[in-house]
Amino acid sequence: MAILVYAEHDNASLKKATLNTIAAAKQIGVDVHVLVAGSGNQAVADEAAKAEGVTKVLLADNAVYEHQLAENIALLVADIASDYSHILAPATSTGKGFMPRAAALLDVSMLSEITAVIDPQNFERPIYAGNATATVKTTEEKVMITVRATAFDPVAAEGGSATVETIDNVQEAGKATFVNEEMAKSDRPELTSASIVVSGGRALANGENFTKYIEPLADKLGAAIGASRAAVDAGYVANDMQVGQTGKIVAPDLYIAAGISGAIQHLAGMKDSKVIVAINNDPDSPIASVADYFLEADLFTALPELTSKI
Amino acid sequence: MKALVAVKRVIDYNVKVRVKADHSAVDLSNTKMSINPFDEIAVEEAVRLKEAGVIEEIIVVSIGPKEAQEQIRSALALGADRGVLVQTDAKPYPLQVAKILKSIAESEGTDIILLGKQAIDDDNNQTGQMLAALMGIGQGTFASEVKVEGDKVNVTREVDGGAQTVALSLPAVITTDLRLNEPRYAKLPNIMKAKKKQLDEKTPADFGVDMTSKQEVTKVEPPAERKAGITVKSVDELVDKLRNEAKVI
Repeated sequence: MAILVYAEHDNASLKKATLNTIAAAKQIGVDVHVLVAGSGNQAVADEAAKAEGVTKVLLADNAVYEHQLAENIALLVADIASDYSHILAPATSTGKGFMPRAAALLDVSMLSEITAVIDPQNFERPIYAGNATATVKTTEEKVMITVRATAFDPVAAEGGSATVETIDNVQEAGKATFVNEEMAKSDRPELTSASIVVSGGRALANGENFTKYIEPLADKLGAAIGASRAAVDAGYVANDMQVGQTGKIVAPDLYIAAGISGAIQHLAGMKDSKVIVAINNDPDSPIASVADYFLEADLFTALPELTSKI
Repeated sequence: MKALVAVKRVIDYNVKVRVKADHSAVDLSNTKMSINPFDEIAVEEAVRLKEAGVIEEIIVVSIGPKEAQEQIRSALALGADRGVLVQTDAKPYPLQVAKILKSIAESEGTDIILLGKQAIDDDNNQTGQMLAALMGIGQGTFASEVKVEGDKVNVTREVDGGAQTVALSLPAVITTDLRLNEPRYAKLPNIMKAKKKQLDEKTPADFGVDMTSKQEVTKVEPPAERKAGITVKSVDELVDKLRNEAKVI
C-alpha cells in the first residue's frame, strides 16, 4: 500500500520540513503520495510534484482548509486514510495538532517525532527530553507518524514528476474558527533549517544586547538566531526563537551558544548539532559538557571580537 | 461550568534520567516524581478561571499507579475541588488515556477540559488532541492565552513562526503551553485542606477501557555520547578551529 505524507506549507510555497518527511517515508516504502491541503494552494502542489520520490500529489483546495485547522484536516486525513498503510506529517505545530486527532478518529495509536526508521513497524524516537532513545514497535494496521525533520536529510526539491490529482473532499467540523494570527517577521534563515544558529541566553541581560551582540554575528555568518527559554521568558526576544524541548528542535552544522548555561530542556533542542560552540564565563556550566569548543570568556567582549574576526 | 483537568505523575524535570542496564526502560526507582510541569499550568489556568467566576467546579483526574494520588492531592492544594484516580499499573498510552478522559468528561458534563501540551517523560503531545477527536469537539492546542466569552472560548496558540488565535465552541479541549501562566505554590493550610477533599478511586475497567496498546517500547537506550570537546583560550583560536579543524565557517 502507498504511504501518505502531509505537506507543510503556507498556501504559497512548500516548507522544507516536507522534504525531510518524504525522505523518512521513502525509508518505509516506495509509493509516496503527498497531500497538499489549503486554499489557493495549486502552486504548492506543483512544487510537491517535483520533489524526488513522490508518485502522486493530492490537492485539496478549499476555503475550509485555508488555515489548516486541526479539526478539518484531521477529518480529511481520516477520510482518505483507507488507501494508505502509513501516514506521515512533519512534527511542526500543524502536524502535532492534527495527527493525533486523525489517529484517534481512526482508533489507532500514534508515534510522535520519530528520528529513525528501522523497518515499517519499528521506529526510534527520543523520550525524556532527548535523554533516552526508545525503539517502538507498532502493530497497528495504519501507522500514524510525525517526523522530526532534523533527523532526516531532505529529498531533492527538483527532479520528480508526479501527477497532481485534485480531490474535492470538503470536511468542515464546525467546532473551530480562525480569528487571526501574528507572525514574527524575519529576513534571516528559518531557525529549524538554518545551517548556522547563533543563540543567546539570560546572560545577554536585555533585548538591546541581543540586537547589539547576537545580530551582527548572525548577519556575518548568515545564521538564524535562537534563544534559551530564560531569554524568551525575560522578554528579550520573541518566543518562536526558543530552542529546546518545548520550543524548536534544531540540528545545524554550527550552533553557537552565548551566555546559555545549558539546562537539559535546552540541550534537548540542539545537542544533535554537528559542531557546538559555547561562549560562557562559567567553565562548569552544563553547556561545556556538550560543546566541541568552549571559550571561557565574557560574551560582551568575546562576541564583538568574534564578529570582527570572521 | 465545570472544568476537568488531567494531571500525570512524571519524573521531576530536574532529575537526570538514567537508562536501566537491561535497556528495558528508564530507571524510576527512588527518583523524585512530580506533576508534569505543563499539567501544573493547566491546573493553574482552571483555578484562575474559577477565581474569575467563569467556572464553578474543578475536577482533577490522574491515570496511573496508586502513588499518583500524591499528584492529585497537589492539584487539590492548588485549588481543584475534587479528584479522580484511575488506578492502573499498565503503561498509560495516549489513546487509552483519552478514552478514559472522554468517559469522565461526558459523565461529568464538563465544558472546559484542560491538559498539558505534552508529558515530559514520553514527550508524545497527543492526549489532548485525541480526546478532542473522540468527543468530536474543538481543540486549542499549545495555548498561551485563554478567554471564555459566553459559549465560546478564544484560544491564542503558539505556532511555528508566531501566534494564532482560534475561537472554539464549548465544550472544548485546551492544552497548555509554558507561557500560559505561572503556577502558584501550594500554601501549607491548603495542603492540609486538600487532604480532606474528595478523591474517588476507579479503574480503567469502570470505563470499559482496555489499557493494552498496539504500540510497545521494545528498547530504551541512552543517547549517543558526544565526543569530549576542548577549551579554546582565545577568540583567535576559536576562529582558527572553526575554519581549519571543523570547517564550518
